[in-house]
Amino acid sequence: MNIVVLVKQVPDSGSERKLDPADNTVARASADNVINEMDEYAIEEALTIKEAQGGEVTVLTVGPDSATDAIRKALSMGADKAVHVVDDAIHGSCAVQTSAVIAAALQQMEYDLVLCGAEATDAQLSVMPALLAERLGLPQLSGARKVTIEGGTAKVERQTDGGFWALEAPLPAIVSTWDTINEPRYPSFKGIMAAKKKPVETKSLADIGLDAGSVGLANATSKVLDFAGRPPKGEGVKVTDEGDGAQKFVDYLAGQKIV
Amino acid sequence: MAEILVLAELNPAGGGVRKTTLEALTAARALGEPSAVVLGAPGTAAGVRDQLAEYGAATVYVAESDDIDAYLVAPKAEVLAQLVGEKSPAAVVIPSSPEGKEIAARLAIKTGSGFLTDVTEIAADGTATQAAFAGATIVHSQVTVGTPIYTLRGNSVTPEPAPAAGAEQPVSVAVSDAAKQVKVVERVVEQKSSRPELTEASIVVSGGRGVASAENFSIIEGLADSLGAAVGASRAAVDSGFYPHSFQVGQTGKTVSPNLYVAVGISGAIQHRAGMQTSKTIVAINKDPEAPIFELADFGVIGDLNTVVPAATEQINARK
Repeated sequence: MNIVVLVKQVPDSGSERKLDPADNTVARASADNVINEMDEYAIEEALTIKEAQGGEVTVLTVGPDSATDAIRKALSMGADKAVHVVDDAIHGSCAVQTSAVIAAALQQMEYDLVLCGAEATDAQLSVMPALLAERLGLPQLSGARKVTIEGGTAKVERQTDGGFWALEAPLPAIVSTWDTINEPRYPSFKGIMAAKKKPVETKSLADIGLDAGSVGLANATSKVLDFAGRPPKGEGVKVTDEGDGAQKFVDYLAGQKIV
Repeated sequence: MAEILVLAELNPAGGGVRKTTLEALTAARALGEPSAVVLGAPGTAAGVRDQLAEYGAATVYVAESDDIDAYLVAPKAEVLAQLVGEKSPAAVVIPSSPEGKEIAARLAIKTGSGFLTDVTEIAADGTATQAAFAGATIVHSQVTVGTPIYTLRGNSVTPEPAPAAGAEQPVSVAVSDAAKQVKVVERVVEQKSSRPELTEASIVVSGGRGVASAENFSIIEGLADSLGAAVGASRAAVDSGFYPHSFQVGQTGKTVSPNLYVAVGISGAIQHRAGMQTSKTIVAINKDPEAPIFELADFGVIGDLNTVVPAATEQINARK
């Protein structure tokens, strides 16, 4: 069972994130960049499947040079090797273009299963499995809280409001995972040391057969016109409960015509 | 006037359309004349046509086939792409559910278009407003290629009736084998709730670590029921096992934007703020006066939730 895990480096969602006013793209240089949290669940799931069924886990990342940190994290958890697509021309690409880059890279790889996090915490689109499935003609089993691989079939519980949908499709397939699926392992010291020696193949757009003119900010399918910080809220009212807190709360709701 | 295709999102069998559909029809009117698209098993459209007409659908395209619900997402994207090809609409508006966003993505590839997800407003010139970084940054964007496709975030637009003809027009459906790869074997409902759905609710009452136990979440549920609200939970509460994950509000959970959000025993970590800071009115109840949630709150009560919340619930019930 050969598995490719898609990994994205994102600005830490626990710190302040910004757009760059120079070109309205995500300010990555000034950000505290980390591996997308949701991808760690996909890596864990890949490692669990590999441990049961054998095969290899390959990490695939599209991103700037600094994204090697996210790759090392994945390798230190136990992935075997990585492919890093890096090319200045990719900067500012929209999701549609990024999916073309990932699809082109995948076409040069051998896999039975593609795994990824159910969303990236920066853009929160949750559409990469759909985009890739459409481009590659692969089954899309997205939003999994449980994955079972039996022979040539993938069975997934797709998380829904108040329950799940049981999905089934033939391999190869693309599956995305939520944080309900497992508990990602922490890299061991041994894992961290081993990761330094694992192979990371760097590829340019030319290497994956894409024209630089098909990607990047200037050719994106949508553009950001302008942005602004959310206007600060006016100073709210704060009361300390001295036996009348509930009354004041209900009075406030009544003043807002809510009760 | 330019035709705008609006994909109808439906409640499970016989439950009519979801509020998000009426919101999408309302938002689409800024761009042109909306036509609704109903995709589902045979007999689906009969129960929803009137409601779609009432909210402005001049035409209701009806594509009915058992194949549409038997397989995940791909058949809906395929039929919608077929309609876009036939009707050349000026734009497509889809309610922003997980499925809606995936349909939009596949439609974008099929039609060579750009798409914008989770928009909160669409202007007449096609400029969309989005709340990036979980609400901290307001962004204006435009699709620059093909037929603009938007997914509209729930509770961003107030549905307004605008009666139209709602003329039914059948669409022939022939789902390709390529779109039949992922079989939906079963749809399982584990938690039946009489409360409104979290992302649709106009009031949400959420509990955090301060609620202290799963049993004590009955206090949160009590206040929610007195207000006709949905119940939410912070990640800390979910990770502690107090409440199920599907109710998690925050960066790694649901994003909600209700008229009123009541945060009870929630400190207000960035993780949580990310899922609720676009709420119109925010009330916080917390015993720690320094809790960051108070920075967001229009009204805050510093006090013990175990006394304040039950007392408030009783008073609200007494007013009815």
